[in-house]
Amino acid sequence: MNEIERNKQRDVLAPKLRKVVDGPHVLSLAEELKPYECDGLAAYRVMPLLVVLPGSVAEVQAVLRVCHAEGIAVVARGAGTGLSGGALPNEDGILLSLARLNRIISIEPENCCARVQPGVRNLAISEAAKPHGLYYAPDPSSQIACSIGGNVAENAGGVHCLKYGLTVNNLLGVEMITIEGERVTLGGGGLDGPGYDLLALITGSEGMLGVVVEVMVKLLPIPQRAQVALAAFDEVEIAGQAVADIIAAGILPAGLEMMDNPSLRAAEDFVHAGYPTDAAAILLCEVDGGSEEVSEDIAKVRQRLLDSGAREVRTASDETERARFWAGRKAAFPAVGRISPDYYCMDGTIPRKHLPRVLREIARYSEESGLRVANVFHAGDGNLHPLILYDANNSGELELAEEVGGRILELCVEVGGTITGEHGVGLEKINQMCAQFSPEELQMFHDVKAVFDAKGLLNPGKAIPTLNRCAEFGAMHVKAGDLRFPHLERF
Amino acid sequence: MAEGDIEQALADQVRDAAERGQPLKLIGLNSKSFYGHAVEGEPLQLSGHSGITRYEPTELVLSARGGTPVPEIEAALAENGQMLTFEPPGFDHTASLGGAIASGLGGPRRPWGGAPRDQLLGMTLLDGRGRILHFGGEVMKNVAGYDLSRLMAGALGTLGALLEVSIKVLPAPTAERSLVLELPRERALQKMRELARQPAPLSAACHLDDRLHIRLSGNSASVAAWENQIGGDVGDGEDFWQGLRNHRLRFFQSERPLWRLSLPPATSRLDCEQQVLTDWAGSQRWVYSSSSAMEIRDEVAKVGGHAILFRHGDGKIPIFHPLDPVRERLHCGLKKTFDPQAILNPGHQYASI
Repeated sequence: MNEIERNKQRDVLAPKLRKVVDGPHVLSLAEELKPYECDGLAAYRVMPLLVVLPGSVAEVQAVLRVCHAEGIAVVARGAGTGLSGGALPNEDGILLSLARLNRIISIEPENCCARVQPGVRNLAISEAAKPHGLYYAPDPSSQIACSIGGNVAENAGGVHCLKYGLTVNNLLGVEMITIEGERVTLGGGGLDGPGYDLLALITGSEGMLGVVVEVMVKLLPIPQRAQVALAAFDEVEIAGQAVADIIAAGILPAGLEMMDNPSLRAAEDFVHAGYPTDAAAILLCEVDGGSEEVSEDIAKVRQRLLDSGAREVRTASDETERARFWAGRKAAFPAVGRISPDYYCMDGTIPRKHLPRVLREIARYSEESGLRVANVFHAGDGNLHPLILYDANNSGELELAEEVGGRILELCVEVGGTITGEHGVGLEKINQMCAQFSPEELQMFHDVKAVFDAKGLLNPGKAIPTLNRCAEFGAMHVKAGDLRFPHLERF
Repeated sequence: MAEGDIEQALADQVRDAAERGQPLKLIGLNSKSFYGHAVEGEPLQLSGHSGITRYEPTELVLSARGGTPVPEIEAALAENGQMLTFEPPGFDHTASLGGAIASGLGGPRRPWGGAPRDQLLGMTLLDGRGRILHFGGEVMKNVAGYDLSRLMAGALGTLGALLEVSIKVLPAPTAERSLVLELPRERALQKMRELARQPAPLSAACHLDDRLHIRLSGNSASVAAWENQIGGDVGDGEDFWQGLRNHRLRFFQSERPLWRLSLPPATSRLDCEQQVLTDWAGSQRWVYSSSSAMEIRDEVAKVGGHAILFRHGDGKIPIFHPLDPVRERLHCGLKKTFDPQAILNPGHQYASI
């Protein structure tokens, strides 16, 4: 559609949607649409045709029925904190905000579960469960703002995944609306549902298979106690080995985080966590559980870290110090934001043993491009977040940062890892999907999408690249003489 | 070709069957041949495709071919102080890894250690066209593309044969203790739910014949502390838990239809639960009932659960809980996508797939 057609479409569609959703909740003016033009990946911006904010499940159903009948694209959005452009609007479609569906329907302590609407914030679930001694485990760093609906769409992680799993491991069920407007329950009140595990399929599907309108999450007992050790290392390799040694000792840490020198220095300057700024890397290792259990485990962790060659190991003496140790890690992204006008956050996962090689290569890319890179690493589960520092005001730097990012992701695939551990593909990493999957596998994804959404209206153009797109992109990435997509024409 | 790798031969057999429209019956180590509706078809023998392909204890990931016997995997893990957390049952035989994942069944540790789908990281799949496809990976966190590998867990081989599977493994607990408390059913159920809400190192909670069986797993300090707090007598230990996992307890030695109910755990006694073993701290109940299949399914569905006629059905009553029309349509669509000729275990789970 061109601009004129788009304006016409908007004028035709808005009244139809205002028939099914309260008038004020269908936004059509440019200044109303503007706040929705991007999600947490602000480098990409698109104005949607309309923004619709339904206030009930019935309204979501009605909106989807209208869009299905009219062939209008629908992009669902939670809190808009996503980092891969998954909620980037479609210029010819509506943006469906689930923000008004923000009710905690029930907390059932006896069943250790909570039933919530998709717009409920991640942290709000744990707050509501707290009086019962329970909490919701997945804790993405945006948990204060991000919504549970978005967590389901992205299969969000956090710093406690190694022990407690991702979103997919902490859901019991969802209520979903199909693009045709039908309501369907996936999963159930027990630990499994009948038939295929459609709940797992929906989790992490980036809003491309249906719209989730209710989520049933698992609640866990709040651990009696948590304790953290901070270890400093003179070499990144030794820190990497220390992680392997802790795992080999049979300890399953609740959190195991690594920061390299650039990121720990930025964090220290920002929040004064007491990090040793001359260390090549630090590790934060947290154990949680019963009081006695934690005492036993933290002593083991401390000994292991020293045996592995840590220069120094500190254990937090009280809750205040524990919070301070974590403050630096939790503020790592904004801290890096202070030392650079812009940064680009990557999200690859690698088998941990390849960490030294991957960090060496990243350092080389950094040197070649002239862009600084700070590394923050969920060391327990192999999820690496290199932050590429750049200045968007310098012409060409964003493109350069994206290129470095792309190379890092392809390196992750090369060592047996993946292009995204927890942020999702969205629009951002769609080209790298071509490096990770074969044409047959990508076609399978498209076919699965068609089962749920034959017209391709739900979040079109995201997450799964077309084979033509891969042919175009892949031509630049011939690996070992193996030309991918040889059957496609190239221009 | 590596020893134990018959991937190409299997792919050839599926391609050939697809061309002829010949149904295939997928067979691993045949430990669960009683489960699901009988399949008429040429056997696709997966047991020859066997062997652990990669295992690095410090990565907490193990990859093995689908036909690998579960005990072989458990032995390799035990050597390194690790374990499979989902305790897959083999019943009276030996289960294969592929079958354990495809059946989706988990043992007593399930509510705390997760189901096969929870530990599944990725797989190599042989689809109904005879194509070899890779989904997921060998890393803990991976959100690239739809999660098609988890979709295979519990699909009973109706969407593909699992050629190779990568799973997350965990350190085995250093201390374990079994306790028994004499309690009638309803009070035992309350007790289980109470314990489940506390940060106790539970790894199993089961009620049978007025006895509540509890297993604690963790480090020695935590197990000792909770053993003290919970009280009760010393339990029968691993014998009991293995008997429960593999249905060798006396409770299961009956030829009557055995129902598996999956329920919100705190659900109080249902009318259909005439003779019941309550596992998973209330979430899974094994039931012999004089209620009709329809009565059982209605009652269970009302509280948000589902019911499987696990063993000793009459061949006429559908074994798996019927699907609503939307889910039925999605199941048929997925079946068509992965297996357009409908040759893989047709009718094994539902008549339409």
